[in-house]
Amino acid sequence: MSIKQISVFLENRAGSMAEATALLADAKINLRALSIADTAEFGILRIVTDRTEEALKVLEDGGFAAAVNHVLAVEIEDKPGSLAKILKVLFDAGVGVEYTYAFTSIKANTAYMIFRVDDRSKAENVLKEANINVAGQEIFR
Amino acid sequence: MNYYQKEIECASLDTLKALQDERLVKQVNRVYNNVGYYRNLMQKAGVTPDDIKGTKDLYKLPFLSKADLRDAYPYGLLGTPLSECVRIHSTSGTTGKRVVAFYTQHDLDLWDDCCARAIVGAGGSREDICQVCYGYGLFTGGMGLNGGSHKLGCLTLPMSSGNTERQIQFMQDLKSTILGCTPSYAAYIGETLHEMGLTPDDISLKAGIFGAEPWTEEMRHQIEELLGIKAYDIYGLTELSGPGVSFECCEQSGMHVNEDHFIPEIINPETGEVLPEGEVGELVFTSITKEAFPLLRYRTRDLCVLHREKCSCGRTFIKMSKPKGRSDDMLIIKGVNVFPSQVEAVLIEQGYSSNYRIEIGREGNMDTFDVLVELNSSQVSDTVKGIKDSEKALAGAMKTMLGVVPKIHLVAPKSIERSEGKAVRVIDKRKLH
Ligand SMILES: [Zn+2]
Repeated sequence: MSIKQISVFLENRAGSMAEATALLADAKINLRALSIADTAEFGILRIVTDRTEEALKVLEDGGFAAAVNHVLAVEIEDKPGSLAKILKVLFDAGVGVEYTYAFTSIKANTAYMIFRVDDRSKAENVLKEANINVAGQEIFR
Repeated sequence: MNYYQKEIECASLDTLKALQDERLVKQVNRVYNNVGYYRNLMQKAGVTPDDIKGTKDLYKLPFLSKADLRDAYPYGLLGTPLSECVRIHSTSGTTGKRVVAFYTQHDLDLWDDCCARAIVGAGGSREDICQVCYGYGLFTGGMGLNGGSHKLGCLTLPMSSGNTERQIQFMQDLKSTILGCTPSYAAYIGETLHEMGLTPDDISLKAGIFGAEPWTEEMRHQIEELLGIKAYDIYGLTELSGPGVSFECCEQSGMHVNEDHFIPEIINPETGEVLPEGEVGELVFTSITKEAFPLLRYRTRDLCVLHREKCSCGRTFIKMSKPKGRSDDMLIIKGVNVFPSQVEAVLIEQGYSSNYRIEIGREGNMDTFDVLVELNSSQVSDTVKGIKDSEKALAGAMKTMLGVVPKIHLVAPKSIERSEGKAVRVIDKRKLH
């Protein structure tokens, strides 16, 4: 179980992120989650949307370099310590976390954390064993 | 094995050197007496014809460059009275003033010989049917190959370029066996052939003689496949006569220079110093038989390597590599010669776009060497580390090719500025100080 994420390469200049998101807005594509990694030289915009292929095409047609990869969307229970529990499960299993960011599904009325890990199938297994829900693309339907 | 003029093409080195010495001495005297422009250059350099006793003294003579040709335009470098000249050819003149070269009947005869040697080098004989699709007119390609084909005794089809379907029609109807044109036009003919639903089996071509523009080994394979032929390289410059200054043999590993007419040298383009065989540098030619337009030590600005090795074809003429670039483009970074074309080759080989920019600067006493490369979607990573790893891998590949390691910066598509539609490939900030 995993969901698709689009990574967009951004020039390090004011407005480049706004240009990318405006392209998607013009195409009436909803962003469900977004995060950005920034360096002095470039940025990587990561987005999750229910219309991945369309979004990718809109971005590439708009002149952006962008690619799709798979990440884990892990359900977060609304109580203290739930994120810590997930991180402990992954850490104990020796799974490295590259980055993480949050988003909510209005339809399912649930909060999720996106995890980019170095070993996705191992992460899925250990989370399942710990009774932690990992969502798939269906949460957008 | 066949040769057009076996005696000289396979002559011993001693015989060849003796002929070159004799012709050079005679040529220097003739130029000194007849070409005021060059006499001035020699006087400025403090050289007299008596100082030139043979090829070993060649280095003493001053160079001629394209700028000299422009200064002396149109008649300043004539070696004979205009009444002796029977034809001109001219360069396309896309930059600056065009160059006009003159020919006596004797010059044309020798030029035809050079092109005939090239056709035989490509496996041709008088039995062949030679379709010449180089442009005819001021450009030397058409008339040059045409002359060689005539002289050899081939049936010659003076097609010129264009109307590709008609070219293919002639190939089918008249069963042409040898094609002469630019490599890009050869590839286009090949593509058109396949678009017309034909295959190499529908035509009788066996060889092609391609020149007048830079081309790669990949292009050679592509053309050979598309047309079902062997593709041979030919080199020449209008200033020296045209195609046929050097040509490839069955080995297809460099071009034999017609050394009985042209003496090649390789020089360091910065200092003018003559470099030993095997080193990359600027190619310089001295024409020792030309009458109307006798250029001595003409700087071609082409960078290549000369090799005199025993060739399986039996010819003893020295071989020159395909030009690797233009000396005008050469950069010296941290003491290493770097050509933008090498940077481009690595990018293509590594799957990157060829939209790049080289930036050279200086920090303290050290050169800095940065290469900006536009990435495409297949190179996007979701992590910063992923992008940095790609940059490092590309820098490693550059180091292997160039001998000096650049700092690579992957940048967004179309972010490298273009002026008048053309990307600026090199910014040398060292020259701004
Ligand atoms: Zn040979």
